Amino acid sequence: MDSPILELHDVSRTYRAPRGSSGSKLHALRGVSLSVMPGESVALVGESGCGKSTLARIAVRIEQPQNGTVLIQGQPVSQLSRIESRQSRELIQLVPQEAGASLDPRMTVGSSIAEPLVIHRRGDSRERATRVADLLQEVGLDDSLSDRYPHQLSGGQRQRVAIARALALEPRLIIADEPVSALDVSVQAQILALLRDVRARRDLALLVIAHDLAFVRSVADRIDVMYLGRIVESGPANDVIAHPRHPYTSALIAAFPDPDPRQRNHRAAPTGEVPSAVDLPPGCSYASRCDRAEPRCATDDPVLVELAQHRRVACHHPID
Amino acid sequence: MPRSDVVLSIEGLSISADVRGETVWPVTDVHVSVRAGEVVGLVGESGSGKSLTALSVPRLLPENVRIIDGLITVAGKDMSLLTDSELSRVRGGIVGMVFQDSLASLNPTKTVGQQVAEVVRLHDAVSRTQAEAKAVDVLADVGLPQPRERFRSYPHQLSGGMRQRVAIAMAIACEPQLVIADEPTTALDVTVQAQILALLRRLVDDRGMGVLLITHDLGVVANVADRTTVMYGGRTVEDCTVIDAFEAMRHPYTEALVASAPRLSGLDSAGDGIPGAPPNPAHPEPGCPFEPRCSHAQSDCVVAPPPYITANNGHRFACFHPLLAHEVSRG
Repeated sequence: MDSPILELHDVSRTYRAPRGSSGSKLHALRGVSLSVMPGESVALVGESGCGKSTLARIAVRIEQPQNGTVLIQGQPVSQLSRIESRQSRELIQLVPQEAGASLDPRMTVGSSIAEPLVIHRRGDSRERATRVADLLQEVGLDDSLSDRYPHQLSGGQRQRVAIARALALEPRLIIADEPVSALDVSVQAQILALLRDVRARRDLALLVIAHDLAFVRSVADRIDVMYLGRIVESGPANDVIAHPRHPYTSALIAAFPDPDPRQRNHRAAPTGEVPSAVDLPPGCSYASRCDRAEPRCATDDPVLVELAQHRRVACHHPID
Repeated sequence: MPRSDVVLSIEGLSISADVRGETVWPVTDVHVSVRAGEVVGLVGESGSGKSLTALSVPRLLPENVRIIDGLITVAGKDMSLLTDSELSRVRGGIVGMVFQDSLASLNPTKTVGQQVAEVVRLHDAVSRTQAEAKAVDVLADVGLPQPRERFRSYPHQLSGGMRQRVAIAMAIACEPQLVIADEPTTALDVTVQAQILALLRRLVDDRGMGVLLITHDLGVVANVADRTTVMYGGRTVEDCTVIDAFEAMRHPYTEALVASAPRLSGLDSAGDGIPGAPPNPAHPEPGCPFEPRCSHAQSDCVVAPPPYITANNGHRFACFHPLLAHEVSRG
């Protein structure tokens, strides 16, 4: 069996708490394990502050975890030589949050897409120009945009450029952090369709990070749901959405405003808000908002266990 | 003639803006109405002109933006005839406003209770004590937990959801007839969004005010609005009941927008989106603004924009080749 392209094993990351907060540590990730197999598409879903962007930054090694291991194609990154490390960075590329806005405003679209090729010393300038033209075509942009600057493009076009840039080094895995949240609805669907196409054409693995279950549904095979630095539920995408087992997943689904005026669901709104990651309560971190909570939940923190094949849930009272 | 229960009427609104020496037309011939006790969802994508339309009601437009044409009345009052001091009594008085970014719209140096009480004293002739008592009542009504204690909190000490509750409290403190809410839940997490939408709906049902809810999110509209007004390229393209907007829309843009909206119930139906991008207000085309992206477009669509017509059931739309009611088949 292939080894996963990316594997995180019991990864934890804390930050110094913001000034004025009562505790000293902000727990961004608390023992997260996750793997992405070649060609697989995984979505990591959670609300703000759940740690999903920290996880993305650790996966592409912009940040280091304090505990736990990151493995790339089965090799712990801490044991890679300099050259292996450089090669392994090419395998996993990040499309950052608000990628369109993060393009260098003084660089033409063509140079932005070519930049990773320059940094990793791929080809001469003529080969790179051909490569840029191919990439533009692949993401559905006209060749002529190569000489434009980011401000001359629409939001959707900028996001396509960011995806082309991430594809330049022919990675095996693309991590997309909120790839559509800043875009208009009609453009969001275009970008999701592009991600599906690119993945199918290149047999690429995807890790999509999002706050919104409905958006990831059309691109993900599997969903991991995060809450306060933990994965609380994991399973096949359609299964998790149709039959959530963790009360938090269920609440997320109930709170989602479906575009159907005959199914008004605001009465199902869960109470309360996500507690601070600085003052983590003992026990299950969702207990304070959970309608299934029992005394045990306030003291014993549930671990992620396999309830059924491919279905893992961290809850003392999972939904049947 | 506006009916007596119409709290907001916008007829034929056109707005121009000077951007780097060039004149652009972000809003052209826009029509909106809101009745008492009704939530009207004003839907559109970025650049559709929905926020400028909303800001033109309390005359809160940026300096480079001007109203060129149109009649705006609130509770029957022509807003263009009001003096500056009358306008400031309207703002926070008969018109309450809620914006997307509550951290930016609240004063960081004053407690939230002071801020609500201040609104009350600006508009009602009451003592400080009476105003503070009313502020506590309103904070309780918007579901702020422990309103008496939280009265003394500063905005940064509250979560995003609680701050938005405070912003709503300020908007409704003086029993406005109209509340304009511009993307009030866009910055919030989905579980908190659901709470705020439920709160808005309850306040409308309890107090009978009208709400103009500006949003890009059709899911939000489906969940709280009674009626939907759709904007595209600076024009109103459709206005109908919320059920009709989703099940019997006449405009091809509304149909494409509904088809693009992500959903969790039932099977995944997300399409590939609408090809192309919204029009650029700096270079308006002579015809229908949606023509370049429209699957129904014919040669007459490029000549002039279609008129905004009213069907006999009150359903309004602007399209030369609308969908027929029986064409829409949506399960």
